[in-house]
Amino acid sequence: MSKPNSTPSAVSAAERDASAAGPAAAAPRPSITDLFLAFAGVSLSGFGGVLAWARRMLVENKRWMTAREFNNLLALCQFLPGPNIVNLCAVFGVRMRGIPGALACLLGLLGPSVVLMIAAGVLYRRFGTLPELHGVLSGLAAAAAGMIIATALKMAEPLIRFRLGPQHAVALATFLTVGVLRLSLPLVLLVVVPVSIGFAWLRSYEK
Amino acid sequence: MRNDADTLTALFLQFAILSFFAVGGGGSAVPEMHRQTVEIAQWLTDRQFSELFAIAQAAPGPNIMFVALLGHFIAGVPGAVVATVAMCGPSCVLAYAVSQVVERFRAARWRIAIQAGLVPVTIGLLTASALIIARAADHDWGGFAITAGTFAFVYWTSLSPLLAFAVAALLGLSGFA
Repeated sequence: MSKPNSTPSAVSAAERDASAAGPAAAAPRPSITDLFLAFAGVSLSGFGGVLAWARRMLVENKRWMTAREFNNLLALCQFLPGPNIVNLCAVFGVRMRGIPGALACLLGLLGPSVVLMIAAGVLYRRFGTLPELHGVLSGLAAAAAGMIIATALKMAEPLIRFRLGPQHAVALATFLTVGVLRLSLPLVLLVVVPVSIGFAWLRSYEK
Repeated sequence: MRNDADTLTALFLQFAILSFFAVGGGGSAVPEMHRQTVEIAQWLTDRQFSELFAIAQAAPGPNIMFVALLGHFIAGVPGAVVATVAMCGPSCVLAYAVSQVVERFRAARWRIAIQAGLVPVTIGLLTASALIIARAADHDWGGFAITAGTFAFVYWTSLSPLLAFAVAALLGLSGFA
């Protein structure tokens, strides 16, 4: 669910790239059908996270956005809660064709995947307990755990390089309260997020 | 499977709230999804949760589509649709509203502080997700070995994680995990 390329740590890199973005010829504004079909294509080709595929389609193939516009919008969506790529797709759709445009983009991005997930869910319910599949699923689940640990560590890299400070305490407190003590996420965030932003605010004066 | 109105309503409310609390992306919501669906509602077991999570990771499409698979397991086709709409709808509306305003403040100190402040929270939440999935998935040394191997593969190479998933599936099939 969280691939390295869809994490906030990518923001600074994305913002740095923005200045290097060359001017792209603006393409004509896409129709509702264009939007739906383009995002449906992204949805089905998006093995291992969709973000890279969406960028390729929007910036390189269709030229509906410049690299700079894409990076700015991505940075905004990483800053906001919720699935980044879904937020990006919705805001892009609104800018192109208003609310119907947003719905067309979302339906394209999510529709084929929902159908695929329902098919997978039906198969899982029917065959998930077969001994052969049981082994396969155990293997996949163990791999998923490894992948998410790698993602977390990649994100934590900039933090590791800092000397020990409030950021480390915030990350550790969030991990312990949510992961170990299993407290309610909204409750934890209502405390932790303002504290963390407060520290970041103070830090911005030190520089 | 229960696709009665009460379950669907509960599912919708839980995921709609989560939509606002998934700091930094969908992965941050995994611990709370687990808490709500496995620990509190007991709609599925720990093991089923981790298996569904793994299936969604290995499938094409946005990673957040795990919610569709989870919704389907809990409440059938209506569950898949309700979970997806609830998880994606509120945050999309928020993203649209904020996108109208925030572009002007790209360089503002408060905006940079908010963004910087969210990073350690996201790291904590992803680590919690990792712990929850690993605890459910790794029951034996085979499982630990696959987790460690996948971690090393994803962390130290830039090859597609799907290669690791394919190897893990084959190892699982041969009775390794």
